[in-house]
Amino acid sequence: MRLILTSIVVAVYVLHQDVWFWRNARPLVFGFLPIGLFYHAAFCLLCSAVMMLLVKFAWPLDLDKPASALLPEDEGR
Amino acid sequence: MIPALFVFAYLAVVLYVGIFAFRRSARGQSAEDYFLASRSLGTAVFLFSLFGTNMTAFTILGSSGHAFSNGIVTFGLMASASALIIPLSLFLIGTRLWALGKRFGFMTPVQFFRDRWECGHIGTVIFAVQAALLVPYIIIGVMGGGSTLAAISGGWVPYWLGGALVALVVMGYVFFGGMRGTAWVNTLQTILFLSFGAASLTIIASGMGGFRQAAEEMLRSPATAPLLTRERISPWFFLSYTFIPLSTIAFPHINIFCLTARRVQQFKPTVILYPLCLLAIWLPSVFLGVMANRATAVPSIAAKLEARKVLTAQGSVLPPGERARLRQAAAGDDVIVLLLNHYAPVWLAGLLGAGIMAAVMASDSQILALSTMFTEDVFAFYGGKERFGPAAQVHTGRIFVLGLTAVAYLVALRAPASIFELAVQYAFSGYSSLFPLLVAALFWNGSTKWGALASTLWTVFAVVAVAVFQGAIPAPQFGQPTTVWTLFGAAVLSRTPGGTAVFGLMPVVPMVLISSLLMVAVSFVTRKPSRQTISRYFQQSDPSGRPKGFGLVVSSTN
Repeated sequence: MRLILTSIVVAVYVLHQDVWFWRNARPLVFGFLPIGLFYHAAFCLLCSAVMMLLVKFAWPLDLDKPASALLPEDEGR
Repeated sequence: MIPALFVFAYLAVVLYVGIFAFRRSARGQSAEDYFLASRSLGTAVFLFSLFGTNMTAFTILGSSGHAFSNGIVTFGLMASASALIIPLSLFLIGTRLWALGKRFGFMTPVQFFRDRWECGHIGTVIFAVQAALLVPYIIIGVMGGGSTLAAISGGWVPYWLGGALVALVVMGYVFFGGMRGTAWVNTLQTILFLSFGAASLTIIASGMGGFRQAAEEMLRSPATAPLLTRERISPWFFLSYTFIPLSTIAFPHINIFCLTARRVQQFKPTVILYPLCLLAIWLPSVFLGVMANRATAVPSIAAKLEARKVLTAQGSVLPPGERARLRQAAAGDDVIVLLLNHYAPVWLAGLLGAGIMAAVMASDSQILALSTMFTEDVFAFYGGKERFGPAAQVHTGRIFVLGLTAVAYLVALRAPASIFELAVQYAFSGYSSLFPLLVAALFWNGSTKWGALASTLWTVFAVVAVAVFQGAIPAPQFGQPTTVWTLFGAAVLSRTPGGTAVFGLMPVVPMVLISSLLMVAVSFVTRKPSRQTISRYFQQSDPSGRPKGFGLVVSSTN
């Protein structure tokens, strides 16, 4: 799972570099929004979705436990 | 004048919020309560205040001004890159900082570094660098307050008075309310400027007769059509800008804010909703900034466009002084205020002006963070707490807030804004360059205090070197960078209109890479912290007790 999630994050980072819309303003989405701006607005929605995946599948579990509960066994759990 | 009255009402409300927070805090307030609100912020306040802490005058005024001159690229550079990097760094680093703060009682990043790497004075060096990079930010906040209030009141409130009022109000609620007051005010501010975007977009669209025609007209004109694409910016420059948001989690006011959540679960909605909040604020600001290029009915905007036209046509033959004057005249930082003043009814312009003011006053958390750092990393560390008692620590913090705000105001009155605007630019690259310290401290048990010192000193050297370089070589005309150093025909170092380029990339890229390299190389050849210290932070992986190579003491859901 860690590999899949890391790959997704890397893929999203690559998607930020949208050279394919670099020199195009058209189509104007909704008649006024240049495609490059619309793409990056949609990119923000994608980021939110990716964060949701990370929170659901890679949330660190032991962070809210006190230090004593996390020490190695011989140091007293 | 009426819009200014709304702003005054807003200032009164935020001041009251600070005093209310003061009354809510416990008697004999502890340092943890004053500086971190007793690590007790709830979900909504944590989300809104963390987001608000990171939104500054630049978010609304600067972003629309940048978009006015550079077009839609502003959103991709500054908003959508942050929409990935900032929540990711909150998820990976912010949560871990929170956990360590809760477990070991840290209140500042330097306390963590000192414990993690068993160092004392190296921590003080890191404190000094962090503080030096943060101070210009505070000064620019006071300057922004003065000039925005002057603009909103149509000059009725002079700059010096506007700056003094903003400085006094910010000082008041930080002084009384500490972190609790600051977080509540930031929450109110975030709600205000989240509403600001949609409201101003609707009003200005209706005033301009919709945006369809404006967009088509912009596309028809060769002067404005490139503003709707990114053709004027190189993809390498665009890529290198993604290193800038690394600075966010390294800013002390952000990583100190990470310590204020009541539970780590509160990071979940923050991480998920952060990109959406960015979208809600930046998209209208950037789009309105671009569309302002067609708002020729607004006389001040028409004058800006005229100045830009002269600059484009004759810039290369004009004397440097005249070029600088025209650049100033063409700058668009106030276009959104001008659009609102022209198109919105007076009462609504006042409400929206309060929203702009909310963004401008984001220096509160930086003032509080510096105060926290000074009292914890210097006053307490060098024996002040033991000598004078814990109560003196909070008093020291409050006195520091008074002193810092007064100094920031005096400097804001006398020094030209351009110096601090530049310094803030350097601060972002500087903090990005300090990012490897956080990563190494949290995730690499082999990192050492000497590696941290090498990265920190490199950051200082690089920031100063870029500043000296840009000071020595004047900014060239657009599209004609001055190449200073070439290697095998490739431009290594160039002066560009917006700053400096190293192999066509922003200086932040080599700064972060070399900082990381120094951290690794120097750590490999220097003595590690004791096994006891490392075992407090990292899992034991084998019977010999050697620490596992990668990862804090946590496990994940997968």
